[in-house]
Amino acid sequence: MDARVSVIDKRLKNIKRIISVASGKGGVGKSLVASSLALNLAKKGFKVGLLDLDLYGPSSHIILGVKDVFPKEEKGIIPPNVHGINFMSIVYFTEDKPSPFRGIDISNIIIELLAITQWGLLDFLIIDMPPGMGDETLDVIRFIKKSEFLVVSTPSKVALGAVSKLLKILKELKIPIIGVLENMSMTRSSFIKNEIDSMDLPYLGCISFDNALEESIGKPNKLLESDFMKDLDDLLEGINL
Amino acid sequence: MHEWALAESILVAAVEAAEKEKLKIISEIKISIGELQQIEQDIFEFALEEIIKTQGDKLKNVKTVIETEKSTLKCKNCEHTWDFSDMKKKLNEDESEAIHFIPEVAFVHARCPKCGSPDFEIMTGRGVSITSIKGER
Ligand SMILES: Nc1ncnc2c1ncn2[C@@H]1O[C@H](COP(=O)(O)OP(=O)(O)O)[C@@H](O)[C@H]1O
Ligand SMILES: [Mg+2]
Ligand SMILES: [Zn+2]
Repeated sequence: MDARVSVIDKRLKNIKRIISVASGKGGVGKSLVASSLALNLAKKGFKVGLLDLDLYGPSSHIILGVKDVFPKEEKGIIPPNVHGINFMSIVYFTEDKPSPFRGIDISNIIIELLAITQWGLLDFLIIDMPPGMGDETLDVIRFIKKSEFLVVSTPSKVALGAVSKLLKILKELKIPIIGVLENMSMTRSSFIKNEIDSMDLPYLGCISFDNALEESIGKPNKLLESDFMKDLDDLLEGINL
Repeated sequence: MHEWALAESILVAAVEAAEKEKLKIISEIKISIGELQQIEQDIFEFALEEIIKTQGDKLKNVKTVIETEKSTLKCKNCEHTWDFSDMKKKLNEDESEAIHFIPEVAFVHARCPKCGSPDFEIMTGRGVSITSIKGER
């Protein structure tokens, strides 16, 4: 039997809340939301960790401008603190080279990361998820029993098609869903809100398309001042974060 | 010293298994460590001893037996097989250290020595597992 799995609960024991930022779809802003949420909560004085589980296309380190840091080895590995966030990502180990993993390797990486990372005391651990409901999502559900999901969609019917599948499976498995956040909205439309309401799930509000967002990528201080962050902050107020 | 985290996982898993089997005392744990984990055995044994001291009576007189599982890698493209010592020759220190932390990043830093494909399989030699536990009810 794989011993590493047994120690995962212990590693996550001192974390008050774990929030996985997920979507059925790629490119909808999960990484932006996850990184910004982590920055936002850290700025409010919470102890925050961020785990990038998008193992093929990690991007949180790009958004946060993380460079030249490496975890400290001490009874496991301790994530470096960047801009007030304890940040863990596969990029420390891949040097940002392409990562051709198959499913079983993905599961093994997640087990290893969860077994050896020493997060310590945290108010929040935010997880930046890859799109869909493949190995990473199933493993988060399997190994991180107390994870709640924050689901991101764009206003598009195409995005919602994939997002509603993820929502249905999470509901079926009785996984806590904080709600659905609509990102990159460009016109006033209640299409997503109505659909989410009809699924009897919380609609958290929307973040407008931010034309200047690209200028804040890699610059956390700028990101904190962005319109994107303002919208996110308003929306977080509605869920007491 | 991430050996410590893995050693702890062995003991947590052993106690869990013992509880399931209703063992009062664990007398022996056989441990298999994948070669790709490149565990420093001295450090790992030291960590086991230190953690055992902090545990209750169940583990007081436990004997630990550590075996290394040799690695076999097999190419999905050309079916060539090789092992970690072949692979290690081509890795620099940082790449080798990265594999020590996360064995699967072998796919990132290494290729099939015969055809150059990154699409190979770790047949054996990863992970940390318990192969058997002995004890008294
Ligand atoms: N509200 C927004 N306004 C403008 N651009 C955005 C917005 N949200 C995300 N983006 C951009 O869209 C792209 C995809 O975002 P990302 O967070 O990487 O998506 P995902 O993680 O879901 O694949 C990025 O270039 C990001 O900067
Ligand atoms: Mg992403
Ligand atoms: Zn080959």
